[in-house]
Formats: sequence, C-alpha cells, structure tokens
Amino acid sequence: MLAQVEVSLTPTWYLVLAAMIFAIGAVGLLIRRNPLVMFMCVELMLNAVTLTFVSFSRALDDVGGQVFVFFVLVVAAAEVVVGLALVVAIMRRRQGADADDLSLMRG
Amino acid sequence: MLALLAQASDVFTKPTVDYHALAPELILVGTIIVLALVDSWKLERARPVMSAIAGLGLLAALVPVITLAVDGTDRVLLDGGYVVDSMSLVLKALFIVSAYVVVLLSINYMAEGDYWESEYYTLLICSVLGMTVMASSRDLIGIFIALELLSIPAYMLAAWRKGDERSNEAGMKYYLMGVFATGILLYGMSLAYGLGGSTNLEAIGLQLADLGSDGVPVVALALLFTIIGFGFKVSAVPFHTWAPDTYEGAPTPVTAFLAVASKAAGFVALIQVTYFCFIVRSDVIEPIFFVLSISSMTVGNLIALRQSNVIRMLAYSGIAQAGFMLAPFAVASSDPALSLQAVVTYLVIYAAMNLGAFAVIIAIARRTRSAELEDLGGLFTYMPGLAVAFTLFLASLIGIPPLGGWWAKFGVFASLIEADSGLGWTLAIVMAVNTAIAAYYYLAVARAMWFDDVPEGTDTSPVRTPATLGFAVVITLIATLLFGILPQVVNDVTDFGLVALGG
Repeated sequence: MLAQVEVSLTPTWYLVLAAMIFAIGAVGLLIRRNPLVMFMCVELMLNAVTLTFVSFSRALDDVGGQVFVFFVLVVAAAEVVVGLALVVAIMRRRQGADADDLSLMRG
Repeated sequence: MLALLAQASDVFTKPTVDYHALAPELILVGTIIVLALVDSWKLERARPVMSAIAGLGLLAALVPVITLAVDGTDRVLLDGGYVVDSMSLVLKALFIVSAYVVVLLSINYMAEGDYWESEYYTLLICSVLGMTVMASSRDLIGIFIALELLSIPAYMLAAWRKGDERSNEAGMKYYLMGVFATGILLYGMSLAYGLGGSTNLEAIGLQLADLGSDGVPVVALALLFTIIGFGFKVSAVPFHTWAPDTYEGAPTPVTAFLAVASKAAGFVALIQVTYFCFIVRSDVIEPIFFVLSISSMTVGNLIALRQSNVIRMLAYSGIAQAGFMLAPFAVASSDPALSLQAVVTYLVIYAAMNLGAFAVIIAIARRTRSAELEDLGGLFTYMPGLAVAFTLFLASLIGIPPLGGWWAKFGVFASLIEADSGLGWTLAIVMAVNTAIAAYYYLAVARAMWFDDVPEGTDTSPVRTPATLGFAVVITLIATLLFGILPQVVNDVTDFGLVALGG
C-alpha cells in the first residue's frame, strides 16, 4: 500500500501559479508580433491578476478582492473590444497587421 | 427564502449619498447621455451643436466644483474610498478647464477634417469623467476604474483619423503599451491588496508601515509594479516609447489632450498612491522615483535636441518635463506637504503653457499644413501674433521669469533643496543642467520663427485664425502670464496644508 502523501493546497500555490501565468503573458506580449496573440497575452496577464486577487481574498477572508475581480473582467472585455476595433481599422488599410509593420514613425 | 431575504434587508442600510460632492461627475455623466441621445436622434444634423453641448457641459460641471470649494468642508464618501477635499477640487478644475480648452481647439479641426464629431466629443467627456473620478479616489478599485475610464476612450481618440495610417499606428501603439501597463499595474495592486488586506489606500498604508523590514522583496515588487503602471501613463523613461509616435500620429487636439490632461491624470494617480499610502515605505519608493526622474529628464531632453518636427520635439520635451514633475516624489517623505504642492503647482502651470503651445501649433498648421521646423521659417513676418504667443509659451516651458514656467520650476527646486538629502541635491543639480539643455531646443524653434527666411512657395498672405482657436490661445496665454507674475494665486490654491494622511 502506497503511503498517502498529504498535500494541502495553501494560497501560496495559487500565488505561485499566478506569478507564472503573469510572467508567461508579459514575456509573450513582448516577443510575439501578431496583435491577436498579443491580446491573448494581455488576457493571460489579467487572468493571473484575478487569480492573485481571489487567492488573497480567500486567505484574508475579505470580499474586496473578489469585487475587484468583477471590475477587472468588465474592463478587460472593454479593452479587447477597442483593440479589435483598432485591428479592423488597420486591416482595412493594408494586408496583415503585424506589430512590426507599424513603423511609419521613428526617431 | 423570503425570510432570509428579509433578514438580509434588516442588515442592509442604505448608504447616504452626498449629491453635492458628486455633482461635477453627475453633470459630466448627464452631458455624455445628452450627447449620445442627440447624436442618435438627429444623426448628421447634430454635428454643429455637439461641440457646443460638450463645452457647456464642461462649464456646467465647473460650477459645483466652485461651490464645493467655497463651501470648503472635506467630504468623505464610501468609507474613505472617495474624498472631495481642496486638493481633489483643484485637480478637478484643472481637468475640466483643460478639456474645455481642448474642445475649443477641436471645433474647427474636427469640422474641417470631416471626422466623426459626435462620438469624438462623447468620448472626450468620458475620458474627462475618468479624470475627475481619479482626483477623488482613495481606493485601489476607484483608481483602477478611473484609469481605465480615462484611457480606453483615449485609445480610440488617438486613432481618430481612420483613413490615415499614421493615426492607426498611433492608436495601436498607445493601446498595446497601455494595456501592458494596465496588466503590470493590476499585478502590483493585487500584491498591495494581499499585503494590506484591504483595497483602501489608508488601510494598506497602515499595514505596510506595520510590516517594517519584513517581506521587503514583496513590498518592493508591489510598489514598483504599481508605480511602473502609472509610469507608462505619464510617459516616464524607460516607459515612454509610445509617446512620440502617438503624439505625432494622433490628431493634434487629441495630442494636446494626451500631453496635458491624460498625463496630469497619471500624475494624480501617482499622487494618490504615493502621498496617501506608499509614503510610509519611503525607503522603497524614493529610489524608484529618483531613477525614473533622472532618466526621464535626461533622456527626454537629449532626444528632443535632434527632432525636426515641433510636435515630436514637444513630445520628448514633455517626457523631460515629466521627469521634473517626478523629482519631488523622490523627496516626498521629508516634507510631504511641500513636495505635494510643488507637483500640483507644476501640473497646473504645465497644463496652461503646454495647451497654449499646442493651440498655437494647430493655428499655424492651418496654413503651413505641417509642424516641421523648417516650415516655420519667418513665421513672424506673416503671423506676428501667433509667433509672439508661441515664443512666450516656449520661454515659459524653459522657465524664464516672469512667465509661469519659472515658478513651477522654482517650486520643484525649493522642495528638492529643502529636503537636504543626497537624493534631493543630486536631482537639483541634474535638473539645473537639463533646464539649460532644454533652453537650446526651445530657442531653436523661436529662432526659426523670428530670424529664418520664409520657405519657398509659402503663402504669406495674412491669416485669419478662427475665434475659438484664438480664444484658446488667449486663455492659456493669460494663465501662463498670471501664474508667473502673481505666483501667489496658484500658490494659494495648491497649499493644501498637510493632507498626507499616511505621513
């Protein structure tokens, strides 16, 4: 009989997971060039934030963090709408919308 | 079930709402609704009246700000999450007046350029609403909502010239950097919430002070990420990369709005989190602000030196000016009231002189069709009034007495030297050197206008500047002169006493 390994999931696990997701999102935003993938990376960052808020909210037994999460969700949706509208506006003028193509202005 | 609900309703007490304290925001909300309704009811026929509605709405919102200021009592709403005090009223007045000047700048630009006008003014007022909320928020949720409410319309406004690839690019760059900053800011806020156990700034500040030397890495991460998030908004180096491209590509009135009101809102957010919360950990935040301030003023000035486009030059000079405004934050703990006064004074005076500079550029570009430095040659010979006004604004940006800019810089120097610390003295010296560098590129523009020859093929017949645009130039010019000649005026309104609660 295998010994039962007791692993209790403390908030720390969730916080570490959130930090990793945040790092993946931030690095992805910096190195990927397709705007749609960049939006997805932003969503990863924001989801990491919501996970952090919920974990702390549970650990602290305070409802403020969960309220914050609702606001983050709504704002994230509004932001993506604006971002997609900008992509559509650019796609109408030209083929492809890589972030590197947007380089008329430099200096 | 019903019994449970009834039980719950016993516990719930209706919060009292102080409608007078919220009146400026409520009037702005009303203006937004009226603009949207008139637009959907009258469609294209509404275009001529939209700017008038927006302007009147802003002036109406200024009335309760004044009555609240006359009343003079501090009003605290939402358990300390929303505070209307003398500082927030000054900042609200700053935002509303700046937005009114931007509306004046936009009227001819938008009408002649065949842009979407109705939506433009609606979004502009939405952004201003976010700024006024920011001035009162003393809670992480309120600050976050205010920041997004002012940013999201601004992304769209930057890309307003839909047919122009430069404007698309401006909007896209601003958007991508903005959402990246939002992500970083939120992560910092989530850590601050975890450390502080509350979303209220004052409560977080008390907890942070209690932590002492425990958990310095996490505290540093929380504070650093939050400050970086706002650092993007105020275009502090190294988070400035969006600013020049966005300023150049966006419609010029929007550029003026971003360079003045949006930047001021970023500073207000920094003021809220710094002076009402983070100041208890001055060991962590002062080095951060020191680095941001020095790099912003130096890098901004050095790159501004080699710009050939006046708007781009103003973008980089705006980065350098942000560095000047960040300097008092680096000595915040030694005398919170003095450094806060220095920052707010700078914000007010900077708004007047920078809006004025953009107003003149818009008026000039109606003839020259460009903001390239070489096209401004000999401007004095055919637009003497605008050339004189522009020279005065540039001199004020340098900080030459008796124009407003010198008093703004004087306040910052005073707070740095008063602190009498290593950081303060270093910043004061770097700032003095940078002020001298800045004089070179500002004066280069003035020299081109006064002494250079008029470029070939320029139409030098006298120009009629539209009345609204002229009015905007006059308002900002009077403010710039007044703040310089009678600095006591601005000094009295920005003297909040010791408002810093956490200090």
